[in-house]
Amino acid sequence: MRPILMKGHERPLTYLKYNKDGDLLFSCAKDHTPTLWFADNGERLGTFRGHNGAVWCCDVSRDSMRLITGSADQTAKLWNVQTGAQLYTFNFDSPARSVDFSVGDKLAVITTDPFMELTSAIHVKRIAKDPSEQTGESVLILKGPQGRINRAVWGPLNRTIISAGEDAVIRIWDSETGKLLKEADKEIGHKKAITSLAKSSDGSHFLTGSLDKSAKLWDSRTLTLIKTYVTERPVNAVTMSPLLDHVVLGGGQDASAVTTTDHRAGKFEAKFFDKILQEEIGGVKGHFGPINALAFNPDGKSFSSGGEDGYVRLHHFDPDYFNIKI
Amino acid sequence: MGDVMVMNEIEATASRLGIDQSQIDLDSIRLPPGESFGIISDDEEVYEDDQLEFDSGFGNIIVVDNLPVVPKEKFEKLEGVIRKIYSQIGVIKEDGLWMPVDPDTHKTLGYCFIEYNTPQEAELAKEKTNGYKLDKAHIFAVNMFDDFDRFMKVPDEWAPPEFKPYTPGENLQQWLTDEKARDQFVIRAGSDTEVLWNDARHLKPEPVYKRTYWTESFVQWSPLGTYLATVHRQGAAVWGGANTFNRLMRYAHPQVKLIDFSPGEKYLVTYSSHEPSNPRDANRVIINIFDVRTGKVMRDFRGSADEFAVGGTGSVAGVSWPVFRWGGGKDKYFAKLGKNMISVYETETFGLVDKKSLKVENVMDFCWSPTDPILALYVPELGGGNQPARVSLVQIPGKEELRQKNLFSVSDCKMYWQSNGDYLAVKVDRYTKTKKSTYTGFELFRIKERDIPIEVLELDNKNDKIIAFAWEPKGHRFAVIHGDSPRPDISFYTMRTAHNTGRVSKLTTLKGKQANALFWSPGGRFIVLAGLKGFNGQLEFYNVDELETMATAEHFMATDIDWDPTGRYVATAVTSVHEMENGFNVWSFNGKLLYRTLKDHFFQFLWRPRPPSFLTPEKEEEIAKNLKKYSKKYEAEDQDVSMLLSEQEREKRRMLKDEWEKWVNEWKLLNEEEKLERQELRDGEASDEEEEYEAKDIEVEEVLDVTEEVLPFDD
Repeated sequence: MRPILMKGHERPLTYLKYNKDGDLLFSCAKDHTPTLWFADNGERLGTFRGHNGAVWCCDVSRDSMRLITGSADQTAKLWNVQTGAQLYTFNFDSPARSVDFSVGDKLAVITTDPFMELTSAIHVKRIAKDPSEQTGESVLILKGPQGRINRAVWGPLNRTIISAGEDAVIRIWDSETGKLLKEADKEIGHKKAITSLAKSSDGSHFLTGSLDKSAKLWDSRTLTLIKTYVTERPVNAVTMSPLLDHVVLGGGQDASAVTTTDHRAGKFEAKFFDKILQEEIGGVKGHFGPINALAFNPDGKSFSSGGEDGYVRLHHFDPDYFNIKI
Repeated sequence: MGDVMVMNEIEATASRLGIDQSQIDLDSIRLPPGESFGIISDDEEVYEDDQLEFDSGFGNIIVVDNLPVVPKEKFEKLEGVIRKIYSQIGVIKEDGLWMPVDPDTHKTLGYCFIEYNTPQEAELAKEKTNGYKLDKAHIFAVNMFDDFDRFMKVPDEWAPPEFKPYTPGENLQQWLTDEKARDQFVIRAGSDTEVLWNDARHLKPEPVYKRTYWTESFVQWSPLGTYLATVHRQGAAVWGGANTFNRLMRYAHPQVKLIDFSPGEKYLVTYSSHEPSNPRDANRVIINIFDVRTGKVMRDFRGSADEFAVGGTGSVAGVSWPVFRWGGGKDKYFAKLGKNMISVYETETFGLVDKKSLKVENVMDFCWSPTDPILALYVPELGGGNQPARVSLVQIPGKEELRQKNLFSVSDCKMYWQSNGDYLAVKVDRYTKTKKSTYTGFELFRIKERDIPIEVLELDNKNDKIIAFAWEPKGHRFAVIHGDSPRPDISFYTMRTAHNTGRVSKLTTLKGKQANALFWSPGGRFIVLAGLKGFNGQLEFYNVDELETMATAEHFMATDIDWDPTGRYVATAVTSVHEMENGFNVWSFNGKLLYRTLKDHFFQFLWRPRPPSFLTPEKEEEIAKNLKKYSKKYEAEDQDVSMLLSEQEREKRRMLKDEWEKWVNEWKLLNEEEKLERQELRDGEASDEEEEYEAKDIEVEEVLDVTEEVLPFDD
């Protein structure tokens, strides 16, 4: 089917997130307003106004009531999805890079960038059921990794936190004690900054994308490397189909080098790989800038991509897609 | 190669002791202090090489002998004279001139020492002034200070040279005996240099040998493929061998920049250029010609860069490379373009043929016939058109002119030999009457025919610009790209058709092609019309026998194209001139992409050349005629391999699927175990159906409406 082109952002996209039911799509961009869309037809429902900087990441609660966003304005905010009202603001001393709700939505992990003399950090916050009881204190603060932590997510049963970032190392932390449990082997791990991390729907494994032009699939519990997908361009965004054994990688030439070359050289394609055989199956073209964000609808029948070009493209699969044989 | 042998021994010992080598971390092993166990350190080689260069540090001092012996009063005068002579050549160091005096007689001893800033200057001074006549009685004898030691060590008695028993060398041509008749190529990417087999059947390259920092600038195969040459700070080296690549010979030449083999790979020419200490002078050029097998310097040439930078095109830092062009077959002659002359040397004596250069007033360019000792040379118009430009063919060693053609109002000439030396095409750019623009024509020489007839060829539209020209190797056809750049035309011509042997005739013109370079298959017949650079790597595989396109393809941004020596495969590469897409593709001759390899910082792709076939032309023809019979065996092999491959592929996929299945089952199990805990985390929310979406085709019948109608029943 023809992709639906959703033009609502004025700046490059940074993150896309579907709610659990797959009927809503949240998009974050470097303009200051996260936007909510109908995941089916791409109609815009509304925006969340209040941030004063690029919004890097968001997560939505399982019941689709709460949204958490992390922004370069050094805050992370809780929102009422329905009304768009701000419920609470977590203040930090440096930009918030990634946010993730735990299973049960009672905790959230927020990472902050290195800024001035501050090093990067992972904060765990308790999320109160009633917003009026919400406090800003951290349950746990983790420090150690060099450079930005581009992504931190909860491991199975909230027992661990998985983090990845500019130092190209994936780490698993104990979410109770803050102890570092595992670190990915330098030999087999990524060689350059990890830009994205996507969990499988059951949380058992996750996919990381890196500027070293590859994506890797890991076991969430043991941090065993299972698969590697090699492409020709730095990978900015990754996602996995919840339905078929497909992974999607998005990226492209660095935005700063784009204008110096032919548009074809950029390869701003969302590339589909067979998850098991690690072979490329196909690609979806369309963006005229690098792809910064990818998300699969939880029903596996559509996916969306957000680009440096400011567009969100919503792709519903044709029936043939479900019969690809290689 | 020391380390390879050592490794083998270690492996043998390890297997005898039952040690699994892969379990040993070699870096963790520490030798006891002062013990080396005969293991050669990785840098030892480097130390050794360094010594070659800096053996005493007195390389910039010369000793001038046979000076007049003068008393004290005349000392200063003599010193002044010497200083005057020697400071013309280079900058003498402060206090760099020392003339010893006999303490008893206060007279000089008849010799002096001069220290220059650089060894190059010292050498030049030695060369220029050795034998300098100050007056009748005093003829200078100049030597390098360093050489004195050497001269002193020469024993007075002649000792017979040690007799070395003959040890058979390795078979350097081993690669030609490959059972699968594959070809090798070398690639250079990042700091690694790697030699690989082109295993087209398995659609992938198979590694042969890999080495990090094998060369410091580039690698080059010798013309017959026997050696791989590497270039280092201290000089060049050649590598080869039966199974792996061992260093066969080193050629000391500090700061060597360029190298060139003679076509029969008997000799190696090395070139370096050195900054003069006086910035106004031209760079100093040193060229050595080595015997490849013995490593001996057969002849060296030194001089200022100006002497080597005459005429010619495609110059490298002021010098057109190769400076020496080989010709006459079997490495017999080499020649250099000079001012108003061509110096032709022969390899028997490494001296000039007839002891003098070939004088040609104003010669601009020359080139050898690839097979015969014939030179084609071009002299431009002189005296404002009074004396026409000319192209002439000169036979060596007789130096007699075989054929000459005068050309008028010429702006430029370029000569193209056909690879068998049968034909010579001269592309002539002429001025139009107004002299404002030029147009191009070709003069075609038939070398092998009596009196060498010349034919003039003009394109249909003679104002067309010529973008590229190429002869069919070993053939009688040529291709020309002409016209305007966005969509030029390509024409094919033949020097002989079935009923018309003596005339050139056009075969066809392809209109509006995105191409700017021509790459004939080494076997002729097929050609790749390539659009490099501005055309982003468009490729068209064309069959000239049938005059039809076999395939069109694109290797985006391709910079280099190279046919394998057999004409079966074509490699296209994107080298590091582009930041992205670095790597190479290998295609079949008819344009089917076989495999592609991506490598960052990709510098070089070179097929290993093959020596010419030993088969007689008759035998080759016979094989071509009965190709079916011969190819049967190979086709069967091909089939076997492809069966095996698909079998392996299936097996591999099955394994991967099984492995994945195992993971998924494990996860499902763990997920199930954790189900209760998860529910608890969600406040007992029962909806823990981590519903797995599944793709199912469901047909739904929905009754939209039911109406009852009474139909009249007519009978």
